[in-house]
Amino acid sequence: MKVSMNIDVHHLTRVEGHGNIHVKVADGKLVEAKWEVVETPRFFEAILRGKPHELAPFLTSRICGICSIGHTLASLRAIERAMHVEVPPTPQQLRLLAKHGETLASHCLHIFFLAAPDLLNVDSVIPLTQSHPAIVNIALRLKSLGNDMCDLIAGRTTHPVSIVVGGLSKAPEKKQLQAIRQRIQDCLGDIETTAKVFKTLSLPDFVRETEFVSLKADGSYPWIGGDLISTDGVVKPEDEYLAMTNEYTVDFSTSKHAKLSRNSFAVGALARFNNNYAFLYKQAKETADAFGLVPVNHNPYMNNIAQLVESQHVMLESIDIIDELLDSPLTDIRAPYKVVAGEGVGAVEVPRGILYHNYIIDDKGAITKANCIIPTTQNNANIHYDLADLVKQEVKLGRTDGEITKLCEMLVRAYDPCISCSVH
Amino acid sequence: MKYLGIQPQKIKIGVFDFTCCEGCQLQLANKEDSLIDFLSLVEVINFREVSSARGQDYEIALIEGSISRSDEVERLKKIRAKAKVLVALGTCACYGGVNSLKNKYPLDDVVKTVYGGLKVETLPVRRVSEVVKVDLEIPGCPVSKSEVEHIVVSLVTGDQVKFPKYPVCVECKQKLNTCVVDLGQICLGPITRAGCGAVCTTGKTSCLGCRGPAEAPNYGPLFEVLHDNGHTDSAIRERLGFYNAFSEVLKNES
Repeated sequence: MKVSMNIDVHHLTRVEGHGNIHVKVADGKLVEAKWEVVETPRFFEAILRGKPHELAPFLTSRICGICSIGHTLASLRAIERAMHVEVPPTPQQLRLLAKHGETLASHCLHIFFLAAPDLLNVDSVIPLTQSHPAIVNIALRLKSLGNDMCDLIAGRTTHPVSIVVGGLSKAPEKKQLQAIRQRIQDCLGDIETTAKVFKTLSLPDFVRETEFVSLKADGSYPWIGGDLISTDGVVKPEDEYLAMTNEYTVDFSTSKHAKLSRNSFAVGALARFNNNYAFLYKQAKETADAFGLVPVNHNPYMNNIAQLVESQHVMLESIDIIDELLDSPLTDIRAPYKVVAGEGVGAVEVPRGILYHNYIIDDKGAITKANCIIPTTQNNANIHYDLADLVKQEVKLGRTDGEITKLCEMLVRAYDPCISCSVH
Repeated sequence: MKYLGIQPQKIKIGVFDFTCCEGCQLQLANKEDSLIDFLSLVEVINFREVSSARGQDYEIALIEGSISRSDEVERLKKIRAKAKVLVALGTCACYGGVNSLKNKYPLDDVVKTVYGGLKVETLPVRRVSEVVKVDLEIPGCPVSKSEVEHIVVSLVTGDQVKFPKYPVCVECKQKLNTCVVDLGQICLGPITRAGCGAVCTTGKTSCLGCRGPAEAPNYGPLFEVLHDNGHTDSAIRERLGFYNAFSEVLKNES
């Protein structure tokens, strides 16, 4: 057994934003394991005050460069619920399609660019362009498919332009939808190839039982709005998100922590999978089964596989959505609305987990109060406590400092943290 | 990539982020069809979001984000000392970006609003050029990947870097879009520097001016038209202030 060690990872690489890992072991006992977020805050909740509501989605999309469509949709849902705006079915479907594009692009960015280099023992995806060109080509093809779906519906992937209060400002043409449908169909085999490759790689074996929080399915795998659920049996309506998150500040992190039934909980692909497995497409379930991934799975590293399963699911669902859209006239893309005072909550499942926006709007349409709770914020405490248990387990197994450091880095990466987003 | 059978020396690049959403550096990993070719031209030796390699001998430093904490000031100065060419990447780096909206409030008020009683250090938001010398500014929220690639290739080959002087309005007209000002919106396209391909107005939403002023912007007539369309001064100023990219005209007006 190891007697003492110090791990000090300053500005962890291959994650979005700035976070540090500190671990101290003395006399064979864990003294400290800390997940420290040092990102510079931007104070979005403070700067939203007084802003015209119609600018809020454009402003809050800038919270995150990776899930800006998710932020836009949560912002719009909060506004539309506050003002009782009924979004017609066609733009609702198109928005979901844009979200699926973002989920696909973001999951693929994580699986291939951020996580895979650890499993293949390289610094980044760049050397893989030489050693594993086929898998890099799949990565680029899937990621660009996701981005192009977003570009088509939202006008732009990072910081969308045409998703607006009431619906969309512009609809795609049917021939464009048909072309993207064909590309999705052509890429389904890429998921199967990726699954085969990942099955030859081994993910770390680590389990810490925790609580998983996500939207609750109502007929289909949930993405936008609805009740909230946890694997410990908590169910709450969307409006009671504060009771589901219980945010608190800690002095070693500029990102807050959250808790529910235990000292921490997790959100993200694995949480959605654990709560809503029954609503996945059959092929996506088969992919999960092939990895032995069954709900409720408590190995955080399996989030990588849950992301692959969800990538397949959103591709299959996108094909069905496009088929429905092709049968509709693609008109009626934006509802007119009247500005009224009110309060609204918008809960949206973005790639890294459930995201909440909550605004109070005055009778002039200006935002008077805003609150945004980010998936990574909700994961911080879970990462923090996972680190402690992981180090204890690996110290007992007698691993080297280098091996434990890498496992700690891989653990944080498995959550695909969006740190600047969490320190909005 | 070889030229006349000779492998050219790759230029070493570092990418660094400060107060921002990291969306601009993400653009470097997008545009997948040209990514491999682009990577063959440069050697990425420090790019925390993408790679664990942390080389210090970069020639070009791409800086994303605005500066809003004392440790950021120190880190930026160190990077400036090492880099031959320092590029401000994106609207936050060039103008302060949406983060600058914080500067309208007392700092203790924004900290209290977000963190309650927790003490969190923050400084008024500054653009990169307010802290160190900047050699080149590439605006955009986010930056246009094709523009960044074009500029980096220009730097590598020693070509002159050129930006359009005309406004977004020209690119928008070339796309035969319906004018969003005629649709009743406040659009800054007539005064904002082109180069984005009029992406927002093509999506039928107004330009918020992320690329900053075009050369000799014609402010007066735009404001006149917007006033005639019934828009208030405060609504126009709200949009001019969105990215802090039109601070000069806002100062003159106030």
